[in-house]
Amino acid sequence: MAEPILRPFPRAAAFTESVPDAPARLGLGLRPALLGVLVLALVIVFGVSLALGSVSIPLQQIITVLLGGEAERASWTNIILKFRLPKALTAALAGAALSVSGLMMQTLFRNPLASSDVLGINSGASLGVALVVLSAGTVGTTVLAGIGLAGDVSLVLASIVGAALTLGLILLIARQVENSLTLLILGLMIGQLTFALVSLLLYFSIPERIQAFVNWGFGSFNGVTWDQVPSLALPILIGLGMALLLSKSLNALLLGETYARSLGMDTRRARLAIIITTAILTGAVTAFCGPIAFIGIAVPHLCRSLFNSSDHRALVPGVILMGATVALIAALIAEVPGSGLILPLNAIMALFGAPVVIWVILRQRNLQRAFAA
Amino acid sequence: MRSPILEAQGIAIGYAGARPPSVTVAQGIDVRLLAGEMVCLIGPNGAGKSTLMRTLAGMQPPLTGTITINGTPLAALTANARARSLGVVLTERPNVGMLSGYGLVALGRHPYTDWTGRLSPHDEAVIRWAVEAVGAQDIAARPVMELSDGQRQKLMIARALAQEPQVILLDEPTAFLDLPRRVEIMQLLQRLAHETGRTVLLSTHELDLALRTADRIWLLSGGVLASGAPEDLVLSGAFETAFRSEGVIFDRHTGAFKVNAEGVGKIYVRNMGEDGVAAVWTRRALERAGFAISPDADSATITVQILERMGGTIWRLQAGELASEHRSLQGLIASLTSEI
Repeated sequence: MAEPILRPFPRAAAFTESVPDAPARLGLGLRPALLGVLVLALVIVFGVSLALGSVSIPLQQIITVLLGGEAERASWTNIILKFRLPKALTAALAGAALSVSGLMMQTLFRNPLASSDVLGINSGASLGVALVVLSAGTVGTTVLAGIGLAGDVSLVLASIVGAALTLGLILLIARQVENSLTLLILGLMIGQLTFALVSLLLYFSIPERIQAFVNWGFGSFNGVTWDQVPSLALPILIGLGMALLLSKSLNALLLGETYARSLGMDTRRARLAIIITTAILTGAVTAFCGPIAFIGIAVPHLCRSLFNSSDHRALVPGVILMGATVALIAALIAEVPGSGLILPLNAIMALFGAPVVIWVILRQRNLQRAFAA
Repeated sequence: MRSPILEAQGIAIGYAGARPPSVTVAQGIDVRLLAGEMVCLIGPNGAGKSTLMRTLAGMQPPLTGTITINGTPLAALTANARARSLGVVLTERPNVGMLSGYGLVALGRHPYTDWTGRLSPHDEAVIRWAVEAVGAQDIAARPVMELSDGQRQKLMIARALAQEPQVILLDEPTAFLDLPRRVEIMQLLQRLAHETGRTVLLSTHELDLALRTADRIWLLSGGVLASGAPEDLVLSGAFETAFRSEGVIFDRHTGAFKVNAEGVGKIYVRNMGEDGVAAVWTRRALERAGFAISPDADSATITVQILERMGGTIWRLQAGELASEHRSLQGLIASLTSEI
């Protein structure tokens, strides 16, 4: 071993002077080049998802419409502005929200398989939604149809509260059991429990509402109207902003709570902030798009592999961009462009997400040890 | 006289349970840590080493008494101020996923960076310094996941160093390491203390290493803490007392534990060789085989005589009427065990 060169501990000024030609930066934190690539990918996929669908619209026409012009055919303007644009926005926001939730859960629980859907937080949100929808007076064919702004807001709030309560419950139990496998089983059980409650609610409901609720359960980015976009976008944008603010705390939590505390972090406050942020993100998405699985667990892993890092200062923005892109791609596939079919979104998510999860498990071999690889 | 950095006055450590009778592990502890010294905390299992470390690190409050850093009570410091003066390395080995060595050490800058966690050139310079100080330049760019336990431990120490603390507390930093790594880490910590003026307090089970490297030893046993230079504690018999309850014998002469405490027979080793090496190892071999060594010939029932003959060593065994000669210690022991 080479003899370590030990110097007296430098004072701030003296030390900078002792390094005459500044060495190359360590390159920790933000990774501008990779983030640029992700932004570009998102823009392209966003454009493509506006272009493709039951009818294909040339890219040039889309740009014209987006810039406020009129397309060659009036129906194209209509399709883009009334259907595809809100759908694409919904998909991008939902994908970003669920992926960032997954990232925060994986770090907080130090568990590679943690995410909103695995831990049953989606189910908690579903219960909130079920309570509102099934008790509401409206009888529509979809959950979201015609409940008005007050209805939208109460739906989102119920969903967020449901998510927060579930998450709080899980965290409470997680403090008693360190074992990550136990935690996953717990999440499954809580999911089952809320599902049972939802089933009971459904049992006493009328067929139309049941059908509406079942369709909602398949997950979909369709059906969010322009009127509803603010109710979806506002909480998600707030949640994403909070997640960006939490990057530094999330990094410290990589070392576990005891170390994080020794680094001067208020772990109780950070934990609470992470729970609230996750609940807002998951709750808002679940209210409008249904309980969407797999994206939250898969995207953080893909992003870590791409960045080859666990540094949240790069991961959080990276996961936001990649989550939005992946959700748009999944929505595109579910549309089966040119066919007029719409497949259940969750089926598509599982088809592509499950292999990623299997890959994570196989690559880590020991699930107990590695939580963030 | 150097001024104390960390000082504990009349503290009792333990756990305040949910119900009134709290569990006291040790009490009446008055200790101080000076700048630039390395102190080893040793003691039998369950004596409360970890509890004391956690208490001094401010992770749990003392039941009574006060702990001060540079005269300020630990409890009065903000979490951030505490992190700037106290760095810890715990027994748990967190898995930090795909963080590089530099990324891990950079976490030590947490108390100094703004809310974005952005590292200034000065922060990076300190990170480089910390990595250099533990001699980990060649591994710091690699993912921590791929490193060995010893390499990881060095980076964890560098991470604590990057906090620029005055005191570094390490809970069993050499556990799970092989012997060369244990020696390396202890030497590293000793040099850090002496050459950078930091204070290093570590708990360890490595009695031998602690005796050889520590400036002072804190010996925690039976709810009482004794503090002093390693040799003073050996001479005063504090070690023997501390570990006697554990059923092991601390040998004052060798500074190590005796494996076979109660030997059978009484053997006197008479040295006729050129130097004392053969005699030393003969005594060791006999003790290992379960025999007691007698300091003089009169009280011994058996005598082993070491002779240098024809370039080789011969052991002559004399037990009453019986007498035999052996060319190896193995033969000597075989003969002894079969006859006694």
